[in-house]
Formats: sequence, structure tokens, C-alpha cells
Amino acid sequence: MTEKTLFEIKALYRDDFRVTGFSFGKGEKAVCIVGSMRGNENQQMYCCSQLVRKLKELEEKGRIRGGKEILVIPCVNPYSMNIKKRFWSIDNTDINRMFPGYQEGETTQRIAGGVFDAIKDYAYGLQFASFYMPGRFVPHIRIMKTGFEDVELAKKFGFPYVILHTPRPFDTTTLNYNWQIWETKAFSIYTTTTEEIDRTSARWAVESVLGFLQRMGVIEYGGAAGYVSKVASTENMITVRNRTAGFFEGKVNAGEHVRKGQILACIVDCCKGQIADEIYSPVEGTLLFAHAEPKAYQNTAVYKIIPETEEW
Amino acid sequence: MITTVVKVKLPVNESLEIKKMRLEPEEKSCDKRISIVTGIHGDELEGQYVCYKLSDYLQKNIGFLKGTVDIYPALNPFGIDSITRGIPAFDLDMNRIFPGSSEGDMNEYLASQIIKDVAGSALVLDIHASNIFLTEVPQIRINELHEKTLIPFAEEANVDFIWVHGASTVLESTFAHSLNTMGTPTLVVEMGVGMRITKAYGDQLFKGILHLMHQMGIWSGEDPVVKKPEESFAHKDVCFLNAPASGIFLKNVVHGTCVKKSEQIGVIVDPLSGTVIDEVKSPVDGWLFTIREYPVVNEGSLIGRILYD
Ligand SMILES: [Zn+2]
Repeated sequence: MTEKTLFEIKALYRDDFRVTGFSFGKGEKAVCIVGSMRGNENQQMYCCSQLVRKLKELEEKGRIRGGKEILVIPCVNPYSMNIKKRFWSIDNTDINRMFPGYQEGETTQRIAGGVFDAIKDYAYGLQFASFYMPGRFVPHIRIMKTGFEDVELAKKFGFPYVILHTPRPFDTTTLNYNWQIWETKAFSIYTTTTEEIDRTSARWAVESVLGFLQRMGVIEYGGAAGYVSKVASTENMITVRNRTAGFFEGKVNAGEHVRKGQILACIVDCCKGQIADEIYSPVEGTLLFAHAEPKAYQNTAVYKIIPETEEW
Repeated sequence: MITTVVKVKLPVNESLEIKKMRLEPEEKSCDKRISIVTGIHGDELEGQYVCYKLSDYLQKNIGFLKGTVDIYPALNPFGIDSITRGIPAFDLDMNRIFPGSSEGDMNEYLASQIIKDVAGSALVLDIHASNIFLTEVPQIRINELHEKTLIPFAEEANVDFIWVHGASTVLESTFAHSLNTMGTPTLVVEMGVGMRITKAYGDQLFKGILHLMHQMGIWSGEDPVVKKPEESFAHKDVCFLNAPASGIFLKNVVHGTCVKKSEQIGVIVDPLSGTVIDEVKSPVDGWLFTIREYPVVNEGSLIGRILYD
């Protein structure tokens, strides 16, 4: 394992801002794995830290194949992690909205630019990503439809689901999108949580990534075979919303199979305690996403369901 | 008349309402409507003064009003109330969610109802105040996709500068872009600095609004003389100055003045060691229309912008 500083900025009163990478094996740039970019992405960083541990063990046993290099960057944004602020400390900008970056530009553009320079030539790019809405996910691989996406390859992770996502205007400045434009095969990995650490789904994700590396001929690894992934696209996803605001009492968890008409959640009046709204499933399917905050604003997308027909 | 544009119930004993003031004469002789909008970014307050001043003046001189004036002083009321640039609780820039969706979440719904209400105006002014970091001379920013429609309006708005910038996919979800795409001409005004009110700039824009209203036939009262703005598209270019190091920025020039090539704009100092870390010099002869206001800088932080030939 080689530890290297990929990007550095001097600060006035804080320790230097450093993006550190851990590299395994030597040779062609095979795989780059990126963890947290925002200050609340504990789970994303945790997954990477576990990968660093596993890859170090594998390297010591000579299990990284000759001529292949793997780079893991557990955290692109230590400054925000350390002050528990989601975005950049001073101007609240999001590094994952700054790619491909610009080294002559503003601070977060420079960070994105410096990091992207170090990681844009890898054959495969994996990012542990988080969703902007608070909730829990079924672990899945997400790929953007840029014209360069590779669904068959995404299945090689052995995750239960591969989700195809059509980029929105602001997605064009994310790492995943730009990796694809620069011809890296890019995948976003979603585990269950973001802020809170979920060791079970983290372990799943780590095993899946190692399985992928094994299938791509980068490491020798004897992990489990994984799932035969089902492919779904965000456009066909059914979004379920609550009509009124209040306390959110979820009855089902992400990953559960639900029947049409089954109760999913109740909204409870915050002052009077009575049930203000009941939410039923409009279809049969699997819950990809479930809201996980004590309260819900009116019309929040509290569940996202992959309909049964989409699954096969 | 004050009306509610959109209202949603919040979880705990409160509703979120976005309101507007509609001013019109008893008998309209002009069908046109001008909309003055501000407060998308909760930390930008320069538009508050303009809305107050315009509303007060028009109500006292209502006899000269021929058409309709809609004033929306707070599109992001929670942001203004909590000194938050974006939408509090969502960590979301409100100017990245337009045109919204009536089927979407609360914020998308708010955005869609705002657009529905403003659309169809003969002209919209969306007043911003830069951010807390930078001070701007009164200027109008125009996406090159809409320059043909917007420049004629912008030239009459009594601003110092018109900046036509390149199209970018990220800007497709702004309030102004959504309206311009729908055929409602919308000017983005940037002036002053975040969290402050610069009365002189507000007075300047107020005159520009009266003049525009006069030209459009909405107003028959006083018609102020407006200044001719600098224009980025008249063989000019914009040069960006970024901080070469992290530290405390001390400016040595006056905002809005002309600077010479190699002239010192300011220094970046380290109060701990009592030393100058670096200096910022102008790479060109030009006009400094943006200057850093907030002293703390990271390497790369924007220090200023210069318009040059
Ligand atoms: Zn603004």
C-alpha cells in the first residue's frame, strides 16, 4: 500500500487541506474508488476505509494481479467532515457540482480539478454516493445514461439492483458524469445510509466491489457470487408522496416487497397526535427508497418503488 | 392589494406563504404587467429596499399608473428569516429548482406556482445582491441564448454594466432561464453585497424601473434619465482574479474604479505571523466591477473581476 497526497491547499488557521489516496498494486490505472465528498457522508467513507483494509491484506498475500493499480480515496473533503458541515466550509459549495473542475478557478473548482486530474485516466471509476433526500436505500449500483453507460458491466457487481438514471441539468457537473465523458466506466454505489453508519450494507458493498475487481481480473478473491442484478430505470420508478405534513410513521423498510393497497406509512398530526393521512402502495413492487426522518413536509417523496413488472 | 401566490402547510403549526403586492389603477389603460422579484437567495437583501421604495412611491403616485405592477419581495421567506442563502432544512439553492413541478415536493411545488404567477409579465426583474463575499456594481446578467430580447430592456434599466455570459446546462434550472424560455422576458440584476443594503444602488435601480415602466406605457409619471451602461459584448472581456493563497484579504482599491496593469488590488496577510503572504495585482488595464468584500479567503477564492478591452 502506498499512501499519497493527491491534492493540497494551505489554509490560514487550519491544518493543510489534503486529499489522500491509497494505492495498491503497480501498473496500468485499473480502478479508482472514491468515498465521501460531503461532510455528512460517513457511510461512504466507512465503506472505503474497509476496502483499504481488505485491499492491504490482499496485497500482502500477493492477490493484486500484476500490472494493475487500484486507487482508493476515502475522503475528498476532510475539511467538511471534520466540522460536520455538508458542503465547503466557507462558501457552502458542493465539490460534487464542480467537475471536471478548473485549477485556475475558485477553491472547490480547484479541488475538483486537482482530484479529477489524478483519477480521470482509470479504466473503472467507482463512487460511493449519497442522495440529497434523507432516507434509506436498497443497496444498488446507479449509472447515468450518457451514451457511454455499460449496464452489463454494472451487473458484475452482483448488487440486487442496477438503476439507470437520466441526467438532469445539474448532474453534468458530478464526478460520475465527467468520468463517463472522459471514458472511464463509472458507477455510483448506494448503500443504505449516509450520515449514520450501517455496517451490514457497508460489508455488502465492500464484498460486491471486491467481487467486481475479481471478475474484472484485477484481484484474486474468493467472495460470494452475488445477485443476478435486476435493471430498472428512474423514469419507471413509482414515487409515493404524503399529502399532508406531520410526523412520519413508516411501516415498511427499504428492500421490502409490498403489495398493491398495502399500508406503507401514517402521517401523524404534530400537535394533536391523531392520524392525519395514511399512505398506501399504488403498485406491487420493491421499495427502493424509504424516507427516514421524524417529520415529513407536505408532498415529500417518502417512498420510491420499483414496480413488479420492471423487475424481470 | 396583497395576495398569496402560494401557501403550504408545514408540519408544526405554521404555513409557508409567498406573497405579492399588486398595484394597478382603477381603470387600466395599459394591459402590460411588470413584475419585480427578489429574495430567491435569503442572504441577498438589496432588493428589499427597491421593493419598499417602489411600492411606497407608486402608492403615493397611483394616478400616474396605467398598467400593473407586481412586487414579490420574498420568494424564499425562510431563507430571509434565517439568514440562509438557500432553502433552510433542505440545503438547496432555490435558484436551481425552476420551473419546478406541481406534482413534486414542497419546494418544486412552490417553484411551479411562482412561475405560473409571474409568467406572462411583459417584463420581470429578478433582483440579486451577489453574495456575502463579493460587492458588485449594479449590473444585468444575460444568458447569450436570450440576448436579442433582453439587451434592449437592459440598456434602459439605469445599470452600470450589462454582462452577456455563455450558456451553461447548470443555469437551465434558474428562475430567469425558466421564464425566458417560456417567453417571459426576465432580467437578472446583481448589485451590492449580501446581508447589506446599499441605498445608492437601490435608488439607481428604482429610477431604471420607473424609466422602463414609462417606456412600456405602464407609467406616465416622472421619467428619469438613465445612464448608458458598459457592455461586455462591445469588444470587451472579463478577467477573473483569484486568491493566490489562503489568508486575510485587505483591499487597496476602490470598487468600481479603473485599474492599471500590475496595480496592486490588495494583499493577503497572515495575522498570526504578521506577514504579507501574497499580493493580488491586476493583470490588465480595466474596470474593476466586482471586488471581494469578505476578508477570509481560501486559495482560489474570487477576489475581483475586471472588464477590459
Ligand atoms: Zn442571488
